[in-house]
Amino acid sequence: MSSPDAPKPRPRSPHLQIYKPQLSSVLSITHRASGVGLTLGAVVFVVWLVALAGGQDSYNTFLSYAHTIIGQIILFGLSCALIYHYCCGIRHLLWDAGYCLDIKDVYKTGYIMLAIVPCLIAFVWLKAYGVIP
Amino acid sequence: MVEFLLPKNSKIIAGTEHPAPRDCKRPRTFKIYRFSPDDDKNPRVDTYTIDLDQCGPMVLDALIHIKNTIDSTLTFRRSCREGVCGSCAMNIDGTNTLACTKPIANISGPVKVYPLPHMNVVKDLVPDMTEAYAQYAVVEPWLKSETPPPSDRERLQTPQDRAKLDGLYECILCFCCSASCPSYWWNSDRYLGPATLLQAYRWIADSRDEATGDRLDALHDPFRLYRCHTIMNCTNTCPKGLNPAKAIAETKKLVFFRQE
Repeated sequence: MSSPDAPKPRPRSPHLQIYKPQLSSVLSITHRASGVGLTLGAVVFVVWLVALAGGQDSYNTFLSYAHTIIGQIILFGLSCALIYHYCCGIRHLLWDAGYCLDIKDVYKTGYIMLAIVPCLIAFVWLKAYGVIP
Repeated sequence: MVEFLLPKNSKIIAGTEHPAPRDCKRPRTFKIYRFSPDDDKNPRVDTYTIDLDQCGPMVLDALIHIKNTIDSTLTFRRSCREGVCGSCAMNIDGTNTLACTKPIANISGPVKVYPLPHMNVVKDLVPDMTEAYAQYAVVEPWLKSETPPPSDRERLQTPQDRAKLDGLYECILCFCCSASCPSYWWNSDRYLGPATLLQAYRWIADSRDEATGDRLDALHDPFRLYRCHTIMNCTNTCPKGLNPAKAIAETKKLVFFRQE
């Protein structure tokens, strides 16, 4: 039976609200988020270069900010983003070359990456604080 | 366009609760998305508790049981009940699959049933597939050949060439994969989505098809093909165990290597 009135617009079925997070999709969105973080972090990198080019005094000023707790938190976040994005990027290169595309390999490489990333982050920071010579 | 929230007319409101029948031996609760185009209400989620002793083992059996015994207005597509027609594709327990091949026993907690995600809903669990089918038509899914077929037989393939179609020809076009892909959710007007791209590759990979160049030309577009970001939800959810992400990756490789 057709109604003389214009049909009301159809609702959109729920998507993000109901779709169960998958390892595949979570690693993917984190890859993108870390990429956005690194883009913002490029500003920090430029400030660092400018401070370096400005000579001893300006570089010391930069270091004094970098050594504050907030500075350390930002640098820690950037190092996490860089290391994660780097490792995830290797997976993406493998996929683009046609490897590891079966779902069990996607999970395997995902878990391997999740094991390697914290180790690399710990290594960088233990090195930075001189715990590892 | 990326839209994380649902539009106003799509927000889900509280639904009706249908309690378990008397003498219920194995109660199981189903939470099912409902929408009627015949009133002005928003979609809702109704709760039905049924006796599993009275119905078959699959989610589709439960839906049919609810329709037959509790609420005849519950609307869903179904046909073959054995995973070859693709009609009963829906979101069950958070991922897309076929209701007819999804055992209730494999789900813990209340069984949540929604239509395929990010689609326009005609009624209840019935999404409007017009756009998805139109995209399928875009890839011209038929054999294209300049060479006339042999007069005395069909076009032959070597067993090796035929094997290249394994994992592709089995697709039943249920669109579980496309509706699981966040990239397709945000760009379904321009990105073809995993189901259609797997079908496109099915013809690209066919040794008898002579339009490979044209087919790759048609896909070589920032949106049609390259909105695939290897999120892998498609391969993860395919109820037939196929690998659309791999088909897309192979297509990208073919586009790349022919440019050299």
